[in-house]
Amino acid sequence: MKYVDEFRDGTLAKNLTVSIAREVRDRDYSFMEFCGGHTHAISRYGVTDLLPNNVRMIHGPGCPVCVLPIGRVDMAIALALEHGVTLCTYADTVRVPASNNLSLLKAKARGADIRMVYSAADALAFAQQHPEKQVVFFAIGFETTTPPTAVLIKQGKALGLQNFSVLCCHVLTPSAIANILESPEVRQYGTVPLDGFIGPAHVSTVIGSRPYEFFAEEYRKPVVIAGFEPLDVMQAILMLVRQVNEDRAEVENEFTRAVTRDGNLKAQNLVAEVFELRREFEWRGLGLVPYSALKIRREYAEFDAELRFPLGYRAVPDNKACECGAILRGVKRPWDCKVFGTVCTPENPMGSCMVSSEGACAAHYTYGRFKNIEVVSA
Amino acid sequence: MSDVMNGGKVRKDYVRALDIKHGRVDMSHGSGGRAMAQLIEELFAAAFDNDYLRQGNDGALLPPPDGRLVMATDCHVVSPLFFPGGDIGCLSVHGTINDVAVMGATPLWLSAGFILEEGFPLADLQRIVMSMAQAAKEAGVHIVTGDTKVVEQGKGDGVFITTTGVGVVPDNVHLSGDRARVGDRILVSGTLGDHGMAIMAQRESLGFSSAIVSDTAALHGLIATLLDSGADVHVLRDPTRGGLATTLNEIAAQSGVGMMLNERALPINPEVASACEFLGLDPLYVANEGKLVVIVAGADAERALAAMRAHPLGTAAAIVGTVHEDDHHFVQMTTGFGGRRIVDWLSGEQLPRIC
Repeated sequence: MKYVDEFRDGTLAKNLTVSIAREVRDRDYSFMEFCGGHTHAISRYGVTDLLPNNVRMIHGPGCPVCVLPIGRVDMAIALALEHGVTLCTYADTVRVPASNNLSLLKAKARGADIRMVYSAADALAFAQQHPEKQVVFFAIGFETTTPPTAVLIKQGKALGLQNFSVLCCHVLTPSAIANILESPEVRQYGTVPLDGFIGPAHVSTVIGSRPYEFFAEEYRKPVVIAGFEPLDVMQAILMLVRQVNEDRAEVENEFTRAVTRDGNLKAQNLVAEVFELRREFEWRGLGLVPYSALKIRREYAEFDAELRFPLGYRAVPDNKACECGAILRGVKRPWDCKVFGTVCTPENPMGSCMVSSEGACAAHYTYGRFKNIEVVSA
Repeated sequence: MSDVMNGGKVRKDYVRALDIKHGRVDMSHGSGGRAMAQLIEELFAAAFDNDYLRQGNDGALLPPPDGRLVMATDCHVVSPLFFPGGDIGCLSVHGTINDVAVMGATPLWLSAGFILEEGFPLADLQRIVMSMAQAAKEAGVHIVTGDTKVVEQGKGDGVFITTTGVGVVPDNVHLSGDRARVGDRILVSGTLGDHGMAIMAQRESLGFSSAIVSDTAALHGLIATLLDSGADVHVLRDPTRGGLATTLNEIAAQSGVGMMLNERALPINPEVASACEFLGLDPLYVANEGKLVVIVAGADAERALAAMRAHPLGTAAAIVGTVHEDDHHFVQMTTGFGGRRIVDWLSGEQLPRIC
């Protein structure tokens, strides 16, 4: 497969393994890959097998499904079950456990009209084809999926659609990174050693590398923006190790084939035109994070499902046994959780990290759990 | 309601022949009356015609074959009904033949049950029935009995087909999912994921076109060639829904062993690999309808490989892994990248309505 295999080449990987091994010193290195896309690549290609034992990867909260709080899924379920709307959603979302033992998938089995779409545009097309139905798009995701939602809302307005609206749950990457860096575990106690970040791939194509400069300067943490292929990840780890060794804290860009310093200005303008900052938003695992999410601007209020339908938001705590919160902050690892692999499996996820293949728990369970059996983890 | 496609035995006083070109299935086609008898005679019985069907009774009277019998059944709900490389008709014949054949059996007879949706075009139904007849003829099996029911519009999806197959196993053949042994090698008969991706590419909502063709095929010829080679084959399976990953996990659990695949050895058509990449799917979990998984004694792996490659359905056969001891019964893989990972059971639903 051209343009893909080149980034999964085993020989190049071996060379990088040698380079990293040569570069590391007699100390521990802990890097957080923010994005679920990186988590998935690391697990699927067995990247950790190629790293020295003193390089530890912490799986960050950059999995859109994982950080979606129960209360938001409850809202989507209420829209479909109580308000009779057709809810269009990305497929990963349908299995997220919600209140009352429900999920969107279970609500569908109870008669809710829930449609899985590959593209946000499918939701709008569905609304156009079914003027008799109220269609709501369950918009989730980081900066990558936000511009398409903005386009939808603008198109909906241009078309004068009366039966289409959006349940906006778009969240912002820099706020989440700041939240992790400000957490007491990192800032005060140092219980989560964090030597640097692998910066997002697709998100950075939109927002550029500039927003991370603050973290490098203010918190003295190196950031290397990397693509989602396993060689990208290896190269980024090598660059992070070098920065740590040389006591540098800079934003470096491994993913120059797609990311610029300023990012995609057209997409940024679209987003700014349709959305504005929410004062605060609940993240699963991180709690209430100020100015960390977007809501639809007043000019487009008719497309805001939260205004069109009487929906209240109710925060719902996670199951007590579930450690998703600590895992998303890097405080715990999947196998530290008592329910991991026992009552919580990809078939019956209790926590959101077990739902999406990008979630830390699902990725480890699906691809790497043999490691816990053969090697006693440090 | 009559259970028989009793060709030749029904009344000859129809008002007019079925209008296959413009006609549609209506509720009377499942009512047990004249319309149903006519549909059966002119469409099903005409296409499937054989001595057993011509008996015209509620059940087919079959001669007892020599050897142990194998029986398997398979329901088919694929959407779309017609896809590159096949349709629900030939798929419903191949699917059940393969379930019988992987037991080491020679398939002999099939039954066919149809659930038709009111409003379904008779021309499409005829196309499907002819495709079944053709597939059965090529495979040398007879469709000896069947049934037709009609459901109201909106209660079905065109047509659902259930087929049941009976075959006979020679005395010296002993294949079972619990016979994989440490040291065995794992082979596949060709490229993985073709059927699932051919279907997926047809789904209108995805809006991409491809030249991927379903691999739907009857495997008993390939299996006969393999068994005739004298290789000590322990397990055969056709990796349909859930793909190779699911099939190997089933065998590993049944046999109480672990497995190690070599990612580089897996035959995957580049178009399928690209489409999977595009949709975020893993070809190891995508359905096949004409592929064989073979677990064979380590010493006989090369012989089995040569035998398969000599058959038209096995030209791309490959040795893809080994069976080893593992109390956890993990299926693992050394990745082309140089790492190692689990190839787990499929969780949730990757591709709905694939067969």
